[in-house]
Amino acid sequence: MNKPNYTQVGRSVPRIDGPLKVKGEAIYTDDMVLPRMAYGKIKRSPYAHAIIKKIDYSKALELPGVIAVITGEDGPNKWGIVPQTANEVALAVGKVRFWGEGVAAVAAIDEETAEAALDLIEVEYEPLPVLLDPQESMQRANEVRIHEDAPENILHAGEQLFGDPDKAFAECTYVLEKEFHTSYVNHAFLEPHTALASFDTPSGQLQMWSSTQVPHYLHRQLSIVLEMPMNKIRVTLPAIGGAFGGKGEASPADFCAALLSRKIGRPVKVTYERSEVFATNKGRHPCHMKMKIGLDQDGYIQAIDFDNTLDGGAYAGWGIVVMFYTASMIHLPYKVPNARARVRRVYTNKPTCGAMRGLGGVQPRYAMECMLDEMAEMVGISPYELKMKNAVESGYLSVSNLHVPHTEYKKCLQTAVEKSGYLEKHGKLPFGKGIGLAGGYYISGTAYTLYQAYKPHTTVLIRVDTEGGVTVHCAAADIGQGCNTVMAQMAAEELGIRYEDVHVVSGDTETGTFDLGSFASRLTYASGVAIKDAAAQINQKLKEVAAGMVGCRADQLEIKDGRFYSKFEPKKAIEWEKVVDVYTNAVGTLVGIGHFSPPRLKGIDLTRGKRVQGANIGHSPTFGFSCQIWEVDVDLETGKIRVAKVTEAGDCGQAVNPMSVDGQVEGSIMFAMGQALYEEMRLDAEGKMINASLHDYKVPTAMELPEIDTTIVDSYDPTAPFGVKESGEGPVQPTIPAITNAVYDAIGVRFTDLPITPEKVLRALKEKQALNSECSGS
Amino acid sequence: MEKTINLTVNGETRSIAVDVNQTLLEVLREDLGLTGTKKGCNQGECGACTVLMDGKPVSSCLVLAVKADGKTVMTIEGVAKDGSLHPIQETFNQKGAIQCGFCTPGMILTTKNLLDKNPNPSLGEIKEAISGNICRCTGYVQIIEAITSLAKEKNARGGV
Ligand code: FES
Ligand code: FES
Repeated sequence: MNKPNYTQVGRSVPRIDGPLKVKGEAIYTDDMVLPRMAYGKIKRSPYAHAIIKKIDYSKALELPGVIAVITGEDGPNKWGIVPQTANEVALAVGKVRFWGEGVAAVAAIDEETAEAALDLIEVEYEPLPVLLDPQESMQRANEVRIHEDAPENILHAGEQLFGDPDKAFAECTYVLEKEFHTSYVNHAFLEPHTALASFDTPSGQLQMWSSTQVPHYLHRQLSIVLEMPMNKIRVTLPAIGGAFGGKGEASPADFCAALLSRKIGRPVKVTYERSEVFATNKGRHPCHMKMKIGLDQDGYIQAIDFDNTLDGGAYAGWGIVVMFYTASMIHLPYKVPNARARVRRVYTNKPTCGAMRGLGGVQPRYAMECMLDEMAEMVGISPYELKMKNAVESGYLSVSNLHVPHTEYKKCLQTAVEKSGYLEKHGKLPFGKGIGLAGGYYISGTAYTLYQAYKPHTTVLIRVDTEGGVTVHCAAADIGQGCNTVMAQMAAEELGIRYEDVHVVSGDTETGTFDLGSFASRLTYASGVAIKDAAAQINQKLKEVAAGMVGCRADQLEIKDGRFYSKFEPKKAIEWEKVVDVYTNAVGTLVGIGHFSPPRLKGIDLTRGKRVQGANIGHSPTFGFSCQIWEVDVDLETGKIRVAKVTEAGDCGQAVNPMSVDGQVEGSIMFAMGQALYEEMRLDAEGKMINASLHDYKVPTAMELPEIDTTIVDSYDPTAPFGVKESGEGPVQPTIPAITNAVYDAIGVRFTDLPITPEKVLRALKEKQALNSECSGS
Repeated sequence: MEKTINLTVNGETRSIAVDVNQTLLEVLREDLGLTGTKKGCNQGECGACTVLMDGKPVSSCLVLAVKADGKTVMTIEGVAKDGSLHPIQETFNQKGAIQCGFCTPGMILTTKNLLDKNPNPSLGEIKEAISGNICRCTGYVQIIEAITSLAKEKNARGGV
């Protein structure tokens, strides 16, 4: 199918919230101050695992300026993003399970007083043994149990079997088996979590403003914890200072603000310190993975066996979803006829892991792309050739029932290889310099939904009248990724007007229509379908009016550039505004409403529970693909890895806003580079985090920025609205293995755990040297 | 303990009673309502709270308000003139140098200082200048492109 000629989609335009942001006038939650507002602070546990024997806050209450104190008992209902595994509480009840877990919260007239009050709260703990390693946690489960209902210290374990991998392996010419370990990293979004709750006692209404990427989920969780009907709660999102998955669940800040506000009948704001962002984490799961891949004599993948132990930390969170995602992610972007995944998500006494940009894909991708790099060497071909051979094509259906309607993955590989000169450089650079290639993909348009029903994931309402012009309503969350701008572009395209003339009302559960939230790279696709649907209804009604004005049949009218015109005689035209005027004068405000539900594929079985294979990834209507090639210089003296250049080529379908896609890709590259080379949260033996600050937890600055060359490959998914796919999470997938492969090319050492620090590089170089001299000595 | 300080903020002279351990960031945000200055870490590590004090970028979370006595402070709210965007603001907006926008105020002030001092910075100088301002969203590329294009414009206009 040919790409239509778009005018608004495919345009690099500034964000609609750009001017406010550059002026410093965008309002974030912590910028808000309400009359009589109190400040909330949370008292946190110094132990990673302990029984709470007693909490005495009488002294805190005596401190002038303190208004109220709450503990876990004030809101003990369990919440959780996944209803079946909900096991978190606003504040600890009876026991703490990680360092920094909240045990009490204070509301006071100012922050200083609230902080002073925290010191006056006396908590008596009985420390318990601390389990920080998932293997140890499973082994010692008889003796130390983190959750009563998880006797093995395992949240959940699963197995997915497709085809007959054992038989396939037996017939393979090349088989490789390796272990990989990924690190414990945090999103480090710039704006700490913050929540402002205002409970109106007479009406029983709660208004929340929160830094969240999931207004709807927060809405629901508040209703559970506060035991209030959802229709008494309104969640509003001010500007959000980044999220990357870290605001993809409610946070105790939300619950504490709301509980305190209800208790004192005054607005309460809770804003985290940076150390609290680390303490409440929800970052990427460290994965301990064993992977086995088998190729036939020609280098075609025949089987994959994947075993993954996910270190989940203290609570369930997104855990079960992440776990199944890791299992499902091995089925693309290569053709894998036989596969088995055994996965388990284990509790430890660490701040909980959750969703982080590229959830569930980054870890198995690291293992798989590194192994294929190595296996190409076994086969005696270049990694590029091996990946091209195995790459999926449009129309592919995996054994796990993932359906790929459209892909330009091969074009991504080709483009990056050509632009970087990979084939001329790989294996041929001097010792210390290397080049590495990796590919990746991500789901697009689906999402884990807590509704075990066919409830649409997104609803868009478009309103047209002479007063407000065009307004798109949808409770989606613009967390910085730019969905408001993209929604305006898509609506404008469909209505035949300019994006500058579209207002977007989002991020509010009252003025916006239902949306699941900003995660899983779903919004462009999902809102695109709903917008098309809503706009079609509006166009139909306006065309009927315009037909009389233009003097031709409604079905012969086109709408573009703000005009209705006859497709046979384009000169017969009438301005869009005039048609709206006539319509609304006669009938009143015009609305269209559209919905999106992902298609139901066989990869998931919601009704029979246990037989689910492939998690919700099975619903993904399409997938984004990309390839990255990294060039590195390894300093043999210091062990430092300097990245010289990154060449990226991505298939995001039709880019709605190419400038914004570039921003997503570049941001992803630097984000993932941090995990590959620098970032790791570290705990001492007692489970206390020792680097819970941006001073000690190093994220990349502009100084680490390499040269980055990105290409949006020409792509259009004919099954997708406007031909779109995701671009915000796919580009984090290839980064870590591409760097690892480049380092291997440079010094012949393959790092199988992260981050690849200078110390590890130096140690590896030393070992290599010792080995070499041993060999030459014998 | 309170002390009264006099400072010029965005061209206006203000006299404010501050607590001796209040930071400039707190005074700007809480006492003066200038919430464009952001708090990302409160430890001098992220640059979100950057303001210009006597023309130089400082992390306002590390500056005690009493130390700002007698100084001239520019916050993001003082960058646009008469409602129209400063060229740096305009260019950041046009070039996609903003995503969540939380680093933006600090980044713009750091850029202003850089270009005021050095209208033609090299890539290395740009990177170094903004290295104290963390941006977790953009990967810095479009920010640097914005700054580079401003430098070019400045040069073309004869270094205004
Ligand atoms: S808030 Fe001042 S440097 Fe981060
Ligand atoms: S735009 Fe989000 S931190 Fe820079």
